[in-house]
Amino acid sequence: MVTLAAPPDATPRTTRRSRAGTSAHLAEQRRTGLLFAAPTALVVGVVFVLPLGLLFWMSLNDWPLIGVSKPNWGANFAGLSDPLFVKAAGFTLVYTIVTTVVLSAIALGLALLIQQARPGTALYRTAFFIPAAIGISSSALIFYGLYTQPTSGLNELLATFGIGPVAWIATPAGAFWSTLLLVIWRFSGFFMLILLTGLQAIPDEVYEAARVDGAGPMRTFWSVTVPLLRPSLALMLILSVTGSVLAFDQFYVLTSGGPDNSTVTLVIALYRKAFVQYDLGTAAALSVVVLAFLLVLNLAQFALLRRDNTK
Amino acid sequence: MQRPLAPRRLAVVSASAVAAALLLSACQTGPAASTGGQLEATDDGTTVTMWTRSATSDYTQALVDAYNDSHENQVELTVVPFDAYQQKVASAAGAGQLPDIVSSDVVFTPDYVTKGLFRDLTAEIDALPFADDLAEGHIAVGTSADGKKYAVPHDIDLSAVFYNKVLFEKAGLDPDSPPTDLPGWFEAAKAIDGVEGADGFYFGGNCGGCMLFTTWPSIWADGGEVLNDDGTEADLDTDTAGSVYDQYRTAWEDGLAPEAAQTETGATFGTAFGTGQIGWQVLGATAYGTYPKSDTLDVGIAPVPGIDGGESTFLGGDTLSIASTSEKAAAAWDFLSWTIGDEAQIDVVAKSGALPSRTDLADNEYSEADPNVAELSRLVSVGQTPVSAAFGSTFNDANGPWTAYVRNQVFGDAAERGADNDAISAALSQ
Repeated sequence: MVTLAAPPDATPRTTRRSRAGTSAHLAEQRRTGLLFAAPTALVVGVVFVLPLGLLFWMSLNDWPLIGVSKPNWGANFAGLSDPLFVKAAGFTLVYTIVTTVVLSAIALGLALLIQQARPGTALYRTAFFIPAAIGISSSALIFYGLYTQPTSGLNELLATFGIGPVAWIATPAGAFWSTLLLVIWRFSGFFMLILLTGLQAIPDEVYEAARVDGAGPMRTFWSVTVPLLRPSLALMLILSVTGSVLAFDQFYVLTSGGPDNSTVTLVIALYRKAFVQYDLGTAAALSVVVLAFLLVLNLAQFALLRRDNTK
Repeated sequence: MQRPLAPRRLAVVSASAVAAALLLSACQTGPAASTGGQLEATDDGTTVTMWTRSATSDYTQALVDAYNDSHENQVELTVVPFDAYQQKVASAAGAGQLPDIVSSDVVFTPDYVTKGLFRDLTAEIDALPFADDLAEGHIAVGTSADGKKYAVPHDIDLSAVFYNKVLFEKAGLDPDSPPTDLPGWFEAAKAIDGVEGADGFYFGGNCGGCMLFTTWPSIWADGGEVLNDDGTEADLDTDTAGSVYDQYRTAWEDGLAPEAAQTETGATFGTAFGTGQIGWQVLGATAYGTYPKSDTLDVGIAPVPGIDGGESTFLGGDTLSIASTSEKAAAAWDFLSWTIGDEAQIDVVAKSGALPSRTDLADNEYSEADPNVAELSRLVSVGQTPVSAAFGSTFNDANGPWTAYVRNQVFGDAAERGADNDAISAALSQ
């Protein structure tokens, strides 16, 4: 009698073979994955990790721009008490808060204004966005001419409305608000675009439901628009806060940190340390501190803004 | 949650960190020492590289073009924005990547010489037939403490009062006999300020470099000093300096300058005068060619006086050197020696209205044709060039003690003079 029976060890053998095959396959996959990731890892390594390593190493060295460096193990961090750096930190904080609040309000206002398709909306959208296509330094130079050159006609224009003459960047307060005006002109269109994308992603049904429930415009705005806009608002706030803490070009061109050092930002103070006083070690130490501060600030913002609001 | 690193991986990471640290240390080496031996100027079709700052690049470009047209060698000139030049030179020196020829603002040359950026050219310069006629101040800034020469003069820039003869006439002043003391200039400014659409004078109130160029000659003309001999201490807490700044303060408070003067960072320093609406301004000789005669502007040149008269000038400009790392020094020297030779100095430099960098060529056919150029040439002999290793970091620092000093003296609390002077000294001695 012939019986057909499977060899008793067939199944386990197959499993072993298959296990060995799977593990080889996984190893193969891992290698392929590493190969795919390698170019990006290399780029990140060269343009981010290595410079960051250099920054940390520089911060622990007496590092002149010309000449040989030698370790001084943290003595550079005494630069934190430099009066100009302390003053710059205070100014940057105020600037960041004011800029972020004003810019957010204006960008949101503009986004709400042009959200609905009405005649001329496309023109407004383009007009609001165009300044974002101009470099910050170029914008600052345009405003420098506008504020300081008698031939710009700005003060004459204001005089026809009975305003002025305005000493635009001649006083500390004037320099602050004049720069803020430039920043609003340059960035509000860009932030408007971010918020507009968020606004258009909110389904009409939600608004209809709110209307059916009897919510007025204000209630709809605070209870529907703002919560659903949170991801876009988060992105805008992070960009605005990071950009303001790192503000440089606009002040460097428009005020050079003046008048009388009233508009020196953290990065201007850093730049001065590195490239005017040639003290790269201290500049690196201060950069490390600014970097750490930004990291904490962004983590806090992420934590606050990414909170699940349904709970 | 992140797992702690396994011992093997930890070892790899540590080794990488150590390797990176070693690599980073190796990235920064000082410039190589220059090789010895006298250079033979060679024109064999070599291409040499050169950097210059934007402020004086027209002058340099004209010389480079003329050289390239008439020689086998070719000079590749890169023009760098003037306010980024120091950083670029210093960064390149740190990385051993300087071009063959480096043009340097005279106030920074001593610092570069001290730091070993340039090749020793003592034998080459001394062998020139006109070695004794080269602009003395420029040779001095390129000479090290042990007497070795590292630079030849390039362009001569000096400060002088540029005044608009058209406005002088409109204000009832004689354009051919300009004032000879500082109070006289401010009286002229007052008269011109009364002319419709005109302002009396202009200055760079938020620009440290502009202000020293403008005001220091007046202090020198009155017999004062601004720095000690080795450039380690400021000497600006004196009544001589105080009186000069008081003149500017009074004129500013009287509204004789446009409001833009208070915020002028240097970006538009020479623009206002070019409009023909400014009575006078202290400007540099290299700017002379940029103000052609028109219906509204006819430039006259006068020396910068002190309160009691006298005359002086801030003798600036650039020097040329060969980088200590250059492997084409012979071809580079061919260009350098040509730029200060008779042909280039007369047919290129003097012809363009600029000042020759050799005293024996100060009087030439072109200077004789234009009294303004003749006057600028004459001023070379009365000028001063302050020397300090920390000049740039102290005086060209928009947020530094010198800008604070000068702004306090003209716009703010003039009583801070002593404290501000001490702050400048502290920066100079760093």
